[in-house]
Amino acid sequence: MSNSASLWSDALYRLTRNKAAMVGGSILIILILCAIAAPWIAPYPYAYQDLDLGAAPPSAQHILGTDILGRDLFSRILYGARVSLLVGFVATGVALVIGVSWGIVAGFFGGTIDSVMMRIVDILYGLPFIIFVILLMVIFGSNLWLLFGAIGAVEWLTMSRIVRGQVIGLKNQEFVLAAKAMGVSNFSMFRRHLLPNILGPIAVYATLTIPQVMLLESFLSFLGLGIQPPMSSWGTLIKDGVESMEEYSWLLVYPGITFTITLFALNFFGDGLRDALDPKTTDS
Amino acid sequence: MRHLYLTLAVIIFISGCSSSLSPVDDGLDKQIFHFGNGSEPQGIDPHIVTGVPEHHLLISLCEGLTSSNPNGGQNLPGAAESWDISEDGTVYTFYLQKNGKWSNGDALTANDFAWSWQRLLTPSLGSQYPDMLYYVKGASDFHNGITDNFNDVGVEVVDDYTFRVHLNNSTPFFLGLLSHYSTWPVHKETVLKHGTIDDRNGQWTRPGNFVCNGPFNLKSWELNSRIVVEKNPLYWDANVVKLNEIHYYPVQNVMTEDRMFRAGQLHLTSTLPSQKCPVYIEENNPDLRVDPYMGTYFYRLNTKNPVLKDVRVRKALAFAIDRKKLVEKVTKCGQIPAYSFTPPGSAGYEPDTEIPFDPELAKQLLVEAGYGPGNEFPKLEILFNTNEDHRKLALAIQQMWQQNLGVDIVLVNQDWKVYLAREMIGDFQVSRAGWIGDYEDPNTFLDTLRPNRGNNKTGWENEDYDRLVEQANSENNQDVRYDLLRKAENILIDEMPIIPLYTYVKSYQLSSDVKGYYPNYLDHHHPKYIYLERD
Amino acid sequence: MFKVFIKRVLMAIPVLLAVATMTFFLIKLAPGGPFDAEKAVSPQVLKNLNEVYNLDASQWEQYTDYMSGIVRGDFGPSFKYPGRSVTEMIGIGLPITFELAIYAILIALVIGVFAGVLAALKRNTLLDFIPMAIAMIGICVPTFLMGPLLVLIFGINLEWLPVAGWGQLAGDKILPSVTLGFAYAAYIARLSRGGMLEVLNQDFIRTARAKGLSETMVVIKHAMQGGLIPVVSFLGPAIAGLLAGSFVVETIFQIPGLGRFYVEAALNRDYTMILGTTIFFSAMIVFFNLLSDLAALWLNPRSRDVS
Repeated sequence: MSNSASLWSDALYRLTRNKAAMVGGSILIILILCAIAAPWIAPYPYAYQDLDLGAAPPSAQHILGTDILGRDLFSRILYGARVSLLVGFVATGVALVIGVSWGIVAGFFGGTIDSVMMRIVDILYGLPFIIFVILLMVIFGSNLWLLFGAIGAVEWLTMSRIVRGQVIGLKNQEFVLAAKAMGVSNFSMFRRHLLPNILGPIAVYATLTIPQVMLLESFLSFLGLGIQPPMSSWGTLIKDGVESMEEYSWLLVYPGITFTITLFALNFFGDGLRDALDPKTTDS
Repeated sequence: MRHLYLTLAVIIFISGCSSSLSPVDDGLDKQIFHFGNGSEPQGIDPHIVTGVPEHHLLISLCEGLTSSNPNGGQNLPGAAESWDISEDGTVYTFYLQKNGKWSNGDALTANDFAWSWQRLLTPSLGSQYPDMLYYVKGASDFHNGITDNFNDVGVEVVDDYTFRVHLNNSTPFFLGLLSHYSTWPVHKETVLKHGTIDDRNGQWTRPGNFVCNGPFNLKSWELNSRIVVEKNPLYWDANVVKLNEIHYYPVQNVMTEDRMFRAGQLHLTSTLPSQKCPVYIEENNPDLRVDPYMGTYFYRLNTKNPVLKDVRVRKALAFAIDRKKLVEKVTKCGQIPAYSFTPPGSAGYEPDTEIPFDPELAKQLLVEAGYGPGNEFPKLEILFNTNEDHRKLALAIQQMWQQNLGVDIVLVNQDWKVYLAREMIGDFQVSRAGWIGDYEDPNTFLDTLRPNRGNNKTGWENEDYDRLVEQANSENNQDVRYDLLRKAENILIDEMPIIPLYTYVKSYQLSSDVKGYYPNYLDHHHPKYIYLERD
Repeated sequence: MFKVFIKRVLMAIPVLLAVATMTFFLIKLAPGGPFDAEKAVSPQVLKNLNEVYNLDASQWEQYTDYMSGIVRGDFGPSFKYPGRSVTEMIGIGLPITFELAIYAILIALVIGVFAGVLAALKRNTLLDFIPMAIAMIGICVPTFLMGPLLVLIFGINLEWLPVAGWGQLAGDKILPSVTLGFAYAAYIARLSRGGMLEVLNQDFIRTARAKGLSETMVVIKHAMQGGLIPVVSFLGPAIAGLLAGSFVVETIFQIPGLGRFYVEAALNRDYTMILGTTIFFSAMIVFFNLLSDLAALWLNPRSRDVS
């Protein structure tokens, strides 16, 4: 029990010493703040068209330029941040909730319950999920909630395996056996003993899943199935930018750089978390 | 590891430095035309398929009684070398080419046409274009199963080379109808060898089996990759044909097609990415072509909807759109604002309808219809199929209605099939639509909005309109006829079940090596006049 | 190992059944049918078409018909392309997507393993940082951005390679394979670096070095076998992901593969084609997961099946 306290402070120490992770983390915080503050800091509403202006390179009125309908790119990137980060976090959240609960239940109870639950995971692993996501989007239209659900449903499987593995590993450790002998309820067990110890891998995996989700959303946008206008995500901005790559390069460059930096930040931060929590693979 | 790197580098180097000719350069000597065809054709059975890519393929493989004039206007001889029309315009007698042959050497006779039209009208075949022939006596009855004796249909084989057609009424545009591939012949023995007359899945259209009467033969078909046709020496006009082969590429992604053209892999593209058009226009790109095209882009209004039932509301919506701005700032490719449903100039027809851009009048109409503070105008939906261009236009119009009328509407985009289904069952309020003429005559547009037409989809039924169009259909004198049609069009614009937006243009890229390819209002380009030559 | 193999093969059957059933009923839920066209289909014609394709039978009847067909290897006719059977179309598209996937994986392996091993050996130097940074880019840049960019540079500006097609022009397989492989190269680089680092710290490596073996020998003979286990485990899901994710590349480069067929079938409501392709992709995924698990098991018999 006392392990966890020093485990966390150890991890924190290592994390803060990892420059890449710290930079990544700060970028993320800035981005999240910008996204939240978008309605206040964006110079134009994201749907406002200036048809007479059309696509114009960066200027004083539009610091990152405008798109073909004369919409301000900077504002659209800010609002896009909201959508992309929302999709990233919520879909990952969905995956987390399903995966973690599944993994804990399977790992903790073991036996037939475990067998059955993991068989189901194996079966689902065999499904070509991307195919189903596409099919779902095609059939039910690109509803935002459906998007969250569909993408979340793609990512929870690995989460459940990892969590289950962790739980199994912990389950047989002394402190758990001792607590059981003392008659601690299952729920208490989850909450006080297991959860803190599996939080680490979960956090790492979650941080590394978010970029996957954002990429998946952008991929759906490419097929025309992702977020629908006038709302736009970074994925749709990049897709539009690719099409105007030669004549209006700013439409690709700025969303592209923002997207890439965000993914970099998430990955570096996630790596940092993983290294911090797992002493064996830390760079000295 | 290092060796692999080296090998990779060498491969790239070699493939870069080898003087491999681009397909366009290579095609010049060999007279091979590389054709960007949009999407993979469904097939080449002229009685079953429905699209434009299929048309491009079929026009090189088969030929109808008449053939399109490369310079537009009256059709030229095709399988028929000449024809007579009776005084009252109801009997057409076609005299077939004496040396007309199928690609396997069989003679092309009047029986072939009779059998082919029977096939088209056979209900169990499930053709989607039988109405091309409904103007023929008894055809509609036969197709709807009212009679099952084809002898009741007004098609007569006078002798091997004389084919006579009896129409219900004198139909001035009948010859034009024959440009549509559904009226073209198929080779009876081949079809029957591989299935029955109404077998949709017959293998007779495979390379090796396929037999038809056009300037080219089907050589190979690599699904989703390339279709190759080669010159048919037995075609009656073969000595006019200069091309040796045509390679059709089903490139659906417009950006990829643009890149393929620029890299010299295509002579011709099927379309142009919309954002490239103004750029190419500005830099005077010599390969850019923007041709007039017989099509109208419009918004359908569901006249059964309680809000849109009121003609004042429909007109208000129409008057609040600045069409000039749409074509100058949104579509930007030389489209023409449309103030009528039929494109002006179609076969010499000039509608005289007007749609003013008058926000004040529009606002007033809304007030008259009872909307204002206290009775908010409801949030209507614009339905369109997932497509960048439709979206841009819808966004612009959304803003125009907002600014000019104070009305908020919502954009709903669905994928193609869902969009079609919803339109079909009337589950929409405003929906984006386009109509391309099937033949060069105003009737191909005005007919669609008559009552009980499957393509109407607006729920609008006007008896006066119907009567005028019907009357015009049997009127031989063009001036009288066009007068009637103008009156009909005026009723149409007065009632506004549809809001015309702009007249299409056909924009594409064409290599300067291509000769004999002329702008054509229906986008029919007969390959027998096309050849490759470099100046 | 044989027992594992048999067990997995047996498990594949309910998977495929489940996939087929789910897909079947999903697409039937979709509004819009295969015969909806811009020019309205008259009710008579629609009735004829539905009859021909057995779409007017009850859902259950259609389902059982279809399932019994599959068992016989008959996936039905394509609704969109009259005269073509689904089996035929899959037969055309699958080898092409497969070939693309193999090239992409080879490129990913070659570049990825090289970069990862190098980075692990030269840890914390520039030779670690640069390959890993490039790998990051590969992971973070979507394929539909990478592809057109490469085409612009190598196809249009430098004119070294064709911009589209597969097997029609010399060198047209290079850009698509590189585009698809680059993202996976990035993952493999990171995985192999991680795996190598873990192995290199272990005792038996120190022993080998102490024995006086050259560094190359140490790496190749001893370290890589263990260090690359994560890569091998990753391969199964990677190839499966490649198969499914190839449609972006196939669309950009005009490649007539199964991925493109699938997306078009979904948009066209070509029911039989959607079903056939989904089942095939499923089978491929199951197969490759199996292969890679077996390979991992073979490489390290000490690792127990985690699930």
